[in-house]
Amino acid sequence: MTWVGRAVRRLEDPALVTGQGHFTADAPAAHWVRFVRSPVAAGKLANIKAPKGAMVITAADLTGVKKITPMLHKFSYRPVGQPLLAEGVVRFVGEPVAAVVGATAAEAEDISDQVELSIDTAPAVSDARTALHKSAPQIHPEAPGNVILEGQVKTPGFDAAWYGAHTIVKVEVRSRRQNATPMEPRGGHASYEASSGRATLTCSTQMPHLTRTAICDVLGFPESDLRVIAPDVGGGFGQKMSLASEYAMLVWLARKLKGSVAWIEDRRENLIAGFHSRDQYITLEGAFDKNAKLTALKADIVANVGAYSCFPTTCGVEPLMAMAEMPGPYDVQQYQCLARGVITNTCTMAPYRGVSRPVITFAIERLMDKAAHTYGMDPVDIRRRNLIDRFPYKSVMGLEYDEATYKETLEMAVKAIDVPGFRKRQKEGRANGRHFGIGFATFSERTGYGSHAFAARGMEITPGWEMVTVTVDPSGFVEARIGCSPHGQGLRTTLAQIIADELGITPEKIKVVHGDTDRAPYGWGTFGSRSLVISGGAILIAARKVRAKLLKIASHLLEVAPGDIVLADGMAIVAGTDRTIPIAKLAREAYTQTHRFKGEIEPGLTETGHYDPPGTFSNACHVAIVDVDVDTGQVRVEKFLVAEDAGRIINPMIADGQVHGGIAQGIGNALLEEIIYDENGGILTATLADYLPPTAHEIPEIELHHIETPSQNSVTRAKGLGEGGTIGAPAAVINAINDALSPFGVEINEMPATPQRIRSVLRKAQKRA
Amino acid sequence: MSQKTAITLTINGRDHAIAVEPRRTLADAIREDCGQTGTHIGCEHGICGACTVIMDGEPVRSCLMFAVQADGRKIRTVEGLANGEKLHPMQQAFMDHHGLQCGFCTPGFLMLAVGVLEREPEISDSDLLDVLSSNLCRCTGYQNIIKAVRAAAKEMRTR
Repeated sequence: MTWVGRAVRRLEDPALVTGQGHFTADAPAAHWVRFVRSPVAAGKLANIKAPKGAMVITAADLTGVKKITPMLHKFSYRPVGQPLLAEGVVRFVGEPVAAVVGATAAEAEDISDQVELSIDTAPAVSDARTALHKSAPQIHPEAPGNVILEGQVKTPGFDAAWYGAHTIVKVEVRSRRQNATPMEPRGGHASYEASSGRATLTCSTQMPHLTRTAICDVLGFPESDLRVIAPDVGGGFGQKMSLASEYAMLVWLARKLKGSVAWIEDRRENLIAGFHSRDQYITLEGAFDKNAKLTALKADIVANVGAYSCFPTTCGVEPLMAMAEMPGPYDVQQYQCLARGVITNTCTMAPYRGVSRPVITFAIERLMDKAAHTYGMDPVDIRRRNLIDRFPYKSVMGLEYDEATYKETLEMAVKAIDVPGFRKRQKEGRANGRHFGIGFATFSERTGYGSHAFAARGMEITPGWEMVTVTVDPSGFVEARIGCSPHGQGLRTTLAQIIADELGITPEKIKVVHGDTDRAPYGWGTFGSRSLVISGGAILIAARKVRAKLLKIASHLLEVAPGDIVLADGMAIVAGTDRTIPIAKLAREAYTQTHRFKGEIEPGLTETGHYDPPGTFSNACHVAIVDVDVDTGQVRVEKFLVAEDAGRIINPMIADGQVHGGIAQGIGNALLEEIIYDENGGILTATLADYLPPTAHEIPEIELHHIETPSQNSVTRAKGLGEGGTIGAPAAVINAINDALSPFGVEINEMPATPQRIRSVLRKAQKRA
Repeated sequence: MSQKTAITLTINGRDHAIAVEPRRTLADAIREDCGQTGTHIGCEHGICGACTVIMDGEPVRSCLMFAVQADGRKIRTVEGLANGEKLHPMQQAFMDHHGLQCGFCTPGFLMLAVGVLEREPEISDSDLLDVLSSNLCRCTGYQNIIKAVRAAAKEMRTR
């Protein structure tokens, strides 16, 4: 029996359920920081008046500090720099303008209230389409027309396919702006040690090493003088994979004050300035032949990237992913796309769980449903005709899809949900004034991709690979050090399961160390559904090397060939005999009895693994059943069903948990969550009473069905699945709402589909009638 | 604002004699003045419930109370749930049913669920759902939290 594939209880949990976790806010500090933030969206910063005697740092104090300037070398990217504190100009509400230091957090906040800002307010623009107008305010001189990047593609056969089409179907979708809203807001604690001249930054991040690299670049000192620790991190979902300028400020202050200094973001700061995402307009047109087969796809993507470009991905991450992955799970040979990233006077955008895929899946799944309607077909049938079913498949954008189960998961979901039974209930409901709807979303989730995939975007910082070390210490316990930086995914457990199988020991004997640049090897962190695939792959590679060495040592001691020895239950066993040696003894010998190995085995028991895979595609079909109250616009998600395939599952309990959590966010994105700016760039959603993550009430029971197609692009055969829930759910829910509303002849193509928006389309229909 | 008041908070059976400003929230006092950092702060405006503690038998949001209001009252936090090495059934159930991922909201959910079940051991499933929807979790999608709390409720009734 293997550890992999079992619902092993998490090694992370005992500390977390007893209040023994270590989160950033738990450490005391000598000084506390409060950031004074711009109250206006645009303007010239004429003067900052600090109260007498207070320590108030402004841009003028930051001599020699560079701006954060992420870089892309493609797509007409115009680099724009973000100062740690506003330099003469403010560009969004919430932008840090000054850093106030006090003895306590409360004192720092009191002082910050007394800092007077004189700002000559200028016209602001918060909507991306408006920002494209000739008359719109110009936000950065480096990005004329407010366009920071532009991607274009057109396949040679596009025009022929387009003009030869039987039917063209068009949808215009809008995704409103969202905030990942981890339950723990961001925060950092920096300290300085005079004896070594080193600073330590403990912060709530998904990427400790990159945080170190970026801060040392901006502040101008060697990386060896900075230790970055990601302790327990209370969720991230992408928001904590981009560099917080505030963290660089903390390190600067700790070095200046030669002491400890902390800033814990409050919820208002997080909602207005903690990175946003998903603010996009997509116009998507599909050319279909007479059999409703998609022959060409035409997309226009306008992504609002906010006021600056995020580090390290740059603001290209949303528009360029949308361009590259728009066709999703559908076979289409011809493609034309224009993708633009547009600067506005709003909070900077950063990746959020799924990045652009929740939006492009929403777009293409609306397109498919609309096409089905146009052809008088069932939504399931049109998907059957268009889903990819031969592998490896090369997409029109050159992505190689490994084997997956797009059609099989669709059929599995259709069978499990009982579509005929639902249609009957829907019909009966309509006769009684009830409006039930069913919605499907099929999608591909590109996961675990390495440096070659990222290089296609032309990123100056090109992530992808991972590196690990696995050590068996002289007492027989294992320590694995990884560059990924999990924050709730249970990676300590799943990686321990992989090692346990290779080394024949129990997961409890294995400690996975992460989130500390002094202890873990350089790595890119945890994001993009990559950690289990890439760090897990590197772990498997390293563990196999350790296993080989253990067998070699056992072979010396037992005087049999390594091939005759198995490692199991903590023992090296000569196969078919009762001759054994404890693995702990082998480990001890590896350090203390090396003279016995006649120079044939190197001392110690540490091995390194590197992994840089090409990427693997998970897939799923989501089905939502909703109940829409047409009088109030209220939507209740009655049932949610998933048929998914993420390759080999390492821990089914943890995998299901990722899917549940992703779907809950997707339902929130579909129905509730929206960051709203007014016409002056003021932000109206600064509390959790205005920005609404779903509660237990809004999330129905989620029924999961699994297929496991082992990936040939992943050494563990596992595919990533962290984002899939969020990718499919908005499309499934909003397709279901449209199905429910079909008797009214209306469409809703906006997420979130709030009661107001649903009532608005219904009112328009009633007026027409 | 710096005028401080002497108060005593009784946390998990231990008295903490502290001096706090009148504006100090109970959440800050528990964490910073009493060093019990298992109670987390997620929003400071009473929505997320991460800071939920049990005071005189009732779950309360410690960010919505001033520390001075809790003077002399009995407070239980996540640190006091287990009996020595033996986990409380609610803690065990959260582990068994994967009711946590990042663990940040978990202390609040544990104290909310324990507080409600001690008061109302026979609570109906739908009332329990109402109660649990007063706290936010961003990782689990709630399904496993509900499962865990129901399992623990059963276990608590048989004790």
